[in-house]
Amino acid sequence: MSGVTTGGPDSPPRDAVPGGQPYEAIRAVPVRHYGRWVAGLVVLALLGWLGYAFSQGNILWHTVGDRIFDHTVLQGVWHTLLISICSMAMGLVLGVLFAVMRLSRNPVTGAVAWLYIWFFRGTPVYVQLLMWFNLSLIFPVINLMPLYKNNTVAVITPFVAALLGLGLNEGAYMAEIVRAGIQSVDEGQTEAAHALGMTSVQTMRRIVLPQAMRVIIPPTGNEFINMLKTSSLVSVVQYTELLRATSNIGSDTTAVMELYFVASIWYLVLTSVFSVGQFYLERRYARGSLRTLPPTPWQKVRASLTTVRRPKVA
Amino acid sequence: MSTPSTPSTAGPAKGTPSGVQPMVRAEGVHKSFGAAHILKGIDLEVAPREVFCLIGPSGSGKSTFLRCVNHLEQINAGRLWVDGELVGYREHGGRLHELRDREVAAKRRDIGMVFQRFNLFPHMTALENVMEGPVMVRKETKAVARERAGRLLDRVGLADKAANYPAQLSGGQQQRVAIARALAMEPKLMLFDEPTSALDPELVGEVLDVMRGLAEDGMTMIVVTHEMGFAREVGDALVFMDDGQVVETGHPREVLTNPRHDRTKAFLSKVL
Repeated sequence: MSGVTTGGPDSPPRDAVPGGQPYEAIRAVPVRHYGRWVAGLVVLALLGWLGYAFSQGNILWHTVGDRIFDHTVLQGVWHTLLISICSMAMGLVLGVLFAVMRLSRNPVTGAVAWLYIWFFRGTPVYVQLLMWFNLSLIFPVINLMPLYKNNTVAVITPFVAALLGLGLNEGAYMAEIVRAGIQSVDEGQTEAAHALGMTSVQTMRRIVLPQAMRVIIPPTGNEFINMLKTSSLVSVVQYTELLRATSNIGSDTTAVMELYFVASIWYLVLTSVFSVGQFYLERRYARGSLRTLPPTPWQKVRASLTTVRRPKVA
Repeated sequence: MSTPSTPSTAGPAKGTPSGVQPMVRAEGVHKSFGAAHILKGIDLEVAPREVFCLIGPSGSGKSTFLRCVNHLEQINAGRLWVDGELVGYREHGGRLHELRDREVAAKRRDIGMVFQRFNLFPHMTALENVMEGPVMVRKETKAVARERAGRLLDRVGLADKAANYPAQLSGGQQQRVAIARALAMEPKLMLFDEPTSALDPELVGEVLDVMRGLAEDGMTMIVVTHEMGFAREVGDALVFMDDGQVVETGHPREVLTNPRHDRTKAFLSKVL
């Protein structure tokens, strides 16, 4: 702490190893990397040129500023978040379900899970969204006889179509991620749990899945960040998320590109925020697998500040 | 499949005082993995409170037999009893029925197992590892389980490591936690599968000390080991296995100093 800055008794001795001879550190002339300087200058020049191009472009920058907190835009942001989180939650649940089905010894569940993954990974999510949206063309009425009956058009709202399209598609990807995670856990873990007298279900829940999480979380974070962006496709089923909200305003006000800028800024904000969340989640599930956890960015900043403050002894 | 008649129905009473129900009894136990015939008719008996050592070259089937005892492997022929109860099957109407997952799990509660590679749960602290079985399987309250886990860690000399994760412990410490974890279920039988083989030489002693203490307290133990010193000093009975068969049985001091069979002699000349 502050004791370091005052050079108090707890500052480390610079020129002595404990109980050894004082030594003099080598001070050599460093290698000069001229190539790095040239490359740096070229890149800076290109960046400057790009910046100049944007400054000369026919862009109404004030529109970007005016619209960024526009009520309709904010609602679009909220809808993007909502559909992404709901679809991801659905994908996670389906992913765990189908992963367990694929790994089960029952050939029927295994084959069904394989078929599900094959179809939903093998067709574009755009096509899947359109099919859910147009479901009423082939099934005009949804009839779960004793329980529920309604017109398909009334059931498949834009939100429901978007949720089914994105969620079922995500489930197929998550199933493969969860399966890889479960298979990454050492078989000795299952044996140790069984030897204690735990049942298969207890072993899966208490021993295997928590360890599989460490393998599952990083790709799941990527999937979620992908989901935030893929959700822009659901404008095709009339769901007013960020892209649709901004492009509506864009075409009304003829500031088309400016509103795409607004959308991009919001997408960047969302993906950045969730990248930070992913870091902390990964850190939590690394417990036990690392001797010391990696420092958080805040801890790194504090560490580098204390290093800077340490007095340099010539 | 497995018929009730086995080649050798009544093996010789191997160092077991007659009249006492053996803790483990094997009759003509066979086990194959596909085409590989690993156990070729094992007959043996382990008496209560006995330290029973299994030695032999690698691939001789020692570990496989141990894993059959708590049904981590299913036997293909013969019979295996633990404390008078058939392992893995229920005999009903003259036929054997496989046990359900839940029934197998219930039978394993009373058998502790210690693995060569420790197999501690890496996402739990030492204390949580020891608490897991009692809380999940015996449905004890966390307070009761924590209290006992603390005592057991103290017994294996690791009271100060309760909050450490396995990755923060040495191999010897991990293995001692693994022993405490098995003891937390208050087993009537402990199985040790080469418990010191994965340890650095200077860490072997601390684990053997814990096992010696258990033996003194009268725990029935089956120990697959390469530690001939431990077998000689602590063991009550010793079996030399080779190629899936029991070659020689006797008191450890007797077998280790005066082996009768050539295969035992050849093996011991390499390891002693």
